[in-house]
Amino acid sequence: MLIVMLVLSGPTWAGEARPLADDPVVEARLKRLAVELRCLVCQNQTLADSDAPLAEDLRREVRGMIVKDMSDEEIIDFLVSRYGDFVLYRPPLKATTTLLWVGPFVLLVGGGIALVVALRRRGRKVEEVVITDDEHRRVEQLLSQGVKRP
Amino acid sequence: MIPEIGHYALILALCVALVQGILPIYGAAVGNSSLMSVAAPAARSLFFLVLIAFGCLAYAFAEKDFSVLYVAATSNSQLPLHYRLAAIWGAHEGSLLLWTFILTIWMFAVTLFSSHLPETMRSRILGVMGLVSVGFLLFMLSVSNPFERLIPAAAEGRDLNPLLQDPGMVLHPPMLYMGYVGFSVAFAFALAALLGGNLDAAWARWSRPWTTVAWCFLTVGIALGSWWAYYELGWGGWWFWDPVENASFMPWLAGTALIHSLAVTDKRGGFKVWTVLLAIMAFSLSLLGTFLVRSGVLTSVHAFATDPKRGMFILAFLAVVIGGSLVLYAWRAPRVGLGGGFATVSREGLLLANNVLLVTAAASVLLGTLYPLFMDALDLGKISVGPPYFDSVFAPLITPALFLMGIGPLAQWKKASLPDLGKRLRWAFGVSIVTALVLPIVLGEWTPLLSLGILLAVWIFATAVVSVRERIAHGDGGSVVARLAGVPRAYWGMLLAHCGIAVFVVGVTMVKGFETEKDVRMNVGETATIGDYTFRFDGVRDVMGPNYVAAQGAFHVSRDGREAAVLHPEKRRYTATNQIMTEAAIDTGLVRDLYVSLGEPLDDGAWSVRLYHKPFVDWIWGGCLIMALGGVLAVSDRRYRLSWRREPQTVPVGAQLAGRQMA
Amino acid sequence: MNKFLLPLTIFGIMLGFLAVGLTLNPREIPSPLVGKAAPVFSLPQLHEQDKVFSPDDMKGQVWLLNFWASWCSGCRTEHPVLMDLANSGLVPIYGVDYKDQRGEALAWLDEWGNPYPIVAVDAAGRVGIDYGVYGVPETYVIDKQGLIRYKQIGPLDDETVEKKILPLVKELQAK
Repeated sequence: MLIVMLVLSGPTWAGEARPLADDPVVEARLKRLAVELRCLVCQNQTLADSDAPLAEDLRREVRGMIVKDMSDEEIIDFLVSRYGDFVLYRPPLKATTTLLWVGPFVLLVGGGIALVVALRRRGRKVEEVVITDDEHRRVEQLLSQGVKRP
Repeated sequence: MIPEIGHYALILALCVALVQGILPIYGAAVGNSSLMSVAAPAARSLFFLVLIAFGCLAYAFAEKDFSVLYVAATSNSQLPLHYRLAAIWGAHEGSLLLWTFILTIWMFAVTLFSSHLPETMRSRILGVMGLVSVGFLLFMLSVSNPFERLIPAAAEGRDLNPLLQDPGMVLHPPMLYMGYVGFSVAFAFALAALLGGNLDAAWARWSRPWTTVAWCFLTVGIALGSWWAYYELGWGGWWFWDPVENASFMPWLAGTALIHSLAVTDKRGGFKVWTVLLAIMAFSLSLLGTFLVRSGVLTSVHAFATDPKRGMFILAFLAVVIGGSLVLYAWRAPRVGLGGGFATVSREGLLLANNVLLVTAAASVLLGTLYPLFMDALDLGKISVGPPYFDSVFAPLITPALFLMGIGPLAQWKKASLPDLGKRLRWAFGVSIVTALVLPIVLGEWTPLLSLGILLAVWIFATAVVSVRERIAHGDGGSVVARLAGVPRAYWGMLLAHCGIAVFVVGVTMVKGFETEKDVRMNVGETATIGDYTFRFDGVRDVMGPNYVAAQGAFHVSRDGREAAVLHPEKRRYTATNQIMTEAAIDTGLVRDLYVSLGEPLDDGAWSVRLYHKPFVDWIWGGCLIMALGGVLAVSDRRYRLSWRREPQTVPVGAQLAGRQMA
Repeated sequence: MNKFLLPLTIFGIMLGFLAVGLTLNPREIPSPLVGKAAPVFSLPQLHEQDKVFSPDDMKGQVWLLNFWASWCSGCRTEHPVLMDLANSGLVPIYGVDYKDQRGEALAWLDEWGNPYPIVAVDAAGRVGIDYGVYGVPETYVIDKQGLIRYKQIGPLDDETVEKKILPLVKELQAK
């Protein structure tokens, strides 16, 4: 009796909580895929984060495909063949998206070249200006008057 | 009655704005001093009129006046007062009024702090700002009137979206708008300079503090938005590259480039034309953002409710303002001469390299944001451009910029020597590489990205140390303290801002590298462990809020047997709209956040619970705050305060000449 | 070209796109199935539960497949249009009851009228996913070979029926 009371008055037996999903490995793979897929009925949310009924249906579908051992490409093809490229948050590299993927790099290289060219040209232009002796003397005069700049 | 006063105030404001926009600019063009002197009084009256309008709307919200359509649509009688007031900017019409109000605040500030400017410049600046406000006032009065009446009055309001019933709503939009709208001052400076033809180093010096302050507000505004999304949305994300987020980030990138470009133009008089273009671009991106968010052209969780008429109006406004300024640029810019020259390897060169990187980054974000629209418009199909794209493109662009951040402050103006720089930075580079390689292993996991992030952060800190040491070594004055005291505040501001970025990088790197998440089903008494922390579920009880009922969970978190935190996540149902909202519970720590989110009640009395351990996540927003503080410190530098006091010796010669030419 | 005009030109192009963008709907997802074979399925019927319905049954005919549900307000809006179309006898409309309860679906049809010769029941929404359905109502025009020729997203209205559906149906029936 005493032992029973002692046990009951102590801290509650803490059982370890079970993972929500039946198979954490499958779930992890689902998460990895779902984070790059778009919820089609939401205003810009991933399939992983959305609570919409269609999102739950699609997650169930994808889970089923993972369990069936389909590859990532096959799962993505399944969705794209039904919903189009819109469902992918990572735009596929196609003829129409070349500008998208290549653009930033082209801009960077172009910008870099433009900068170097502009600097070189400017360097030359400025060097062409010759200071006369009079101007030299004026400069020295001003400098010797000296104002301490903050 | 009060709403009508507000409405009338806006009509009057439009008239004053027209006067402010037209007369001073004309006056400056013809040299008429009395016309130019209209600018400041007009701007101040405009401020008071819009203040009255804003006050009237605030009154309508405070008094739960549901005969005003806007109040009925966004408020509710059970909404607490602070959220009723925050609801002023909860939807389109009111947020436009906030935009305009903040524009007038900046105008007022310009009238207070511009006495050292030549009168022509001042009138042009206020004139340009006046013209911008004409656009917004006209917009409100024609298709977005916040004072429109609802007859008969609604018995009850539709309530503010529960997601917005949060302290974040009180601070985030005003901060953000102070930033966006603040770039209008730099924009006005740029146009004034183009109109007057007097683009010289003085112009850059005058623009700098205004631009920096606006930048500080924008930094804080974006950080608040990110933090708010993190704790509000329930899945621990803090940046999604959503179109509306991008709409605020692009001006920030352009603004950062502008601050650095202004430094070149200020110090060396070079690249004036580029700086002017950047100033136009920064504000144009702000306006573009305003369009994107309200026109329905892009899908976003944050977008306001849309209406094609509004979209067309803003588009026309964009065409006039941006198109007009770019026409002015094309017309006047060619006349501007070159400034001082400098070598390719020099501080100026490095600052401009920073510009190329940041502007390319902004352009890439713009490309990604608008690309789905481009494709749809050309009938090439519908695509989505999301985080995978932006992360892949942005990181490679920002990495070199972060690396250059360490070198720039150490490089000499006009001409620097690469070998010399290499020698001075040897130690810093070595420390960074070693830490980047070793630390991840010590922490438990080595990946290239993790290592890169640590490399960049340590590099920035190490080069900052080198920079300070050099300053001490080469400063005038006897003691170390004296030498440090002699260093201008602008330098400390820069250093602090750069270190803020390093802190930000640490936060992002550590969170992405080491965050863990667990999705569990918990019965009362059960525990779950993440890392060192054990979470024990102590059940759920019902609580009543001011306008909601909630199921509140209790979680005891312990570490090594000692209690670390008690968390109370909630699942709320707001009575007015019956909307369900998850309110996560977060234990904020210096080096980690513990985050608990209640899911759904399950069949056997258990609950689905999501637990997160996010190391260093608060360094993300802490870093932004430090950045902004750096900016504030830089602006408080003596040279700006002195120039306000109109001491003749410290006003640059160029400005005096310019003043005389215009008189 | 004068390099100073470059920013203005770029802006002008972007403005053009934005203007076009105002006329578009960014949330409308066109179907990649247009021109492809209608996905096969075999679903139980709503009224006669022991019977099934499959698109194969319809080979050789031009027909409409309409996804609807009793809980969908847009379906209520388009219902009179469907009734008119069904009564005209120009093209048969077959329904798929999407993620619905049998009792409610039957009651809905009883109250408002039944334009469908047969209604298939897609309780789990699985067939909807195969057809790329992301909301209801959605309607497909399917030709004699079983290829999808057109997808209507959202409720049908008289104008769309007159201008798009019927001409297409007539064209397909002539083949």
